[in-house]
Amino acid sequence: MASLDDCKKTPFFDIHVAEGGRMVPFAGWAMPVQYAGIMAEHKTVREAVGLFDVSHMGEFLVEGTGAEAFLQRMVTNDVGVLADGQAQYALACTPEGGIVDDLLIYRRAEGRYLICVNAGRLAEDWAWFSGYHDEARDGCTLVNASDDYAQLAIQGRHAQAVVQELTDIDCSGVEYYRFVEGEVAGVRAILARTGYTGEDGFEVFFAAEHAADVWSRVRAAGIPFSLEPIGLGARDTLRLEMKYCLYGNDISTETSPLEARLGWVTKLAKDADFIGKSALLSQKEAGVNRALIGFALPPRAIARHGARVFVEGVQVGVVTSGTISPSLGTGIGLCYLPRTHSKAGSTFEVEVRGKKIQAEVVKTPFYRRPY
Amino acid sequence: MSNVPSNLQYTGDHEWVLVDGKNILLGITDHAQDQLGDIVYLGDFPQPGESVEQGDVVGVIESVKATSDIFSPITGKIVAVNEDLLEEPAELNGDPYADNWILKIKITVKSELEELLSASAYEQLIED
Repeated sequence: MASLDDCKKTPFFDIHVAEGGRMVPFAGWAMPVQYAGIMAEHKTVREAVGLFDVSHMGEFLVEGTGAEAFLQRMVTNDVGVLADGQAQYALACTPEGGIVDDLLIYRRAEGRYLICVNAGRLAEDWAWFSGYHDEARDGCTLVNASDDYAQLAIQGRHAQAVVQELTDIDCSGVEYYRFVEGEVAGVRAILARTGYTGEDGFEVFFAAEHAADVWSRVRAAGIPFSLEPIGLGARDTLRLEMKYCLYGNDISTETSPLEARLGWVTKLAKDADFIGKSALLSQKEAGVNRALIGFALPPRAIARHGARVFVEGVQVGVVTSGTISPSLGTGIGLCYLPRTHSKAGSTFEVEVRGKKIQAEVVKTPFYRRPY
Repeated sequence: MSNVPSNLQYTGDHEWVLVDGKNILLGITDHAQDQLGDIVYLGDFPQPGESVEQGDVVGVIESVKATSDIFSPITGKIVAVNEDLLEEPAELNGDPYADNWILKIKITVKSELEELLSASAYEQLIED
């Protein structure tokens, strides 16, 4: 594992240390895995509101009259349906239909897009996008602005109340997967109603130089709502309870969107010939053999990433993500299963500490917010 | 800073040992519980009366973050598992010492106790 000294630091590094964050290497970044503890932080987000530093994520800017057409070729979703101020979840795929990354596309105006990509895939994504990009031919510029942006996520049922303290933007008017550009905590920002937790919440992009000031203003506004900082550990348990995919665990160049049940962001009917489209069309016609499912385990069994998965005694894969669900108190996870065994209620086996434990395919998400 | 009581002995696997007559009490250190984070389950213990070898896996600790083995620092016989602790494994995050021992093991090879680390040696280990 890379040492912490070799890792990049987000503009919040010193703040994390001062807040008691335990810093660990993650995707080449020094990030807080926890502050008070994963359980407590998970609960804070589920019951109040949490603050996440997600500045390690990358931002690309695509601008010009050809920007929409370029993105239509690069990603699986239909960028053409986006209105100004609307965000969209999409995938970039290989010609063979494997997933290069999952990402969010923000349409700021006609011909002006921001793409937010995973930290762990930034180098690959940049090589991928720039490899297919030609400014003169495509009629748009492509800029890696990742170092310019800080990004915070404010997630939980009180997120709107906290953010409303910090801006004149009417937060209640910002709908899910919509965003507004304006002043937040005294600085120019993109305020988006998006997140990776299953709670209501916002993600805020702003210039990295304002990081310390914005953090302290969010902290102050959060006091009446019991806002606390949240590390990567709880970010993972929160997203897993929602069956949100983690790139590198649940999806990769070796998995297809159809297998990962991401067909809803894979618009095979759109006109643009996006990279991977013909492979995915063939896959769809032939039918895929496996599907990413959520499973539940009996009390006290916890399957971790990499645990072997068996159907009728034959190994069919490994657990792609697994943990104890802090909300449910039992072991949950994701894995690929043959389509013949992927219906809710089907049972199979997961090897936990050398013993095969019965697992049950369950409906996902594992958790639904009660408001 | 981790709490390292001076009256106990330690292992490189971040366990503490209290020699109590013919038996030892075995637990995990403050440093271990801090690294593991929220502990949610203890299990996979041998039955009382079972013999164990030095270095054997004699149980497992599950935290939200990870699974971690418990190793026997000595050759001996399992006397008891701390049943009270099994009910409330998160107690280990509060105080992993004293009443929150995990296993009681009967000593059969006394010389193995000489391999245990002193409190100061263990403090040195976790500082490095």
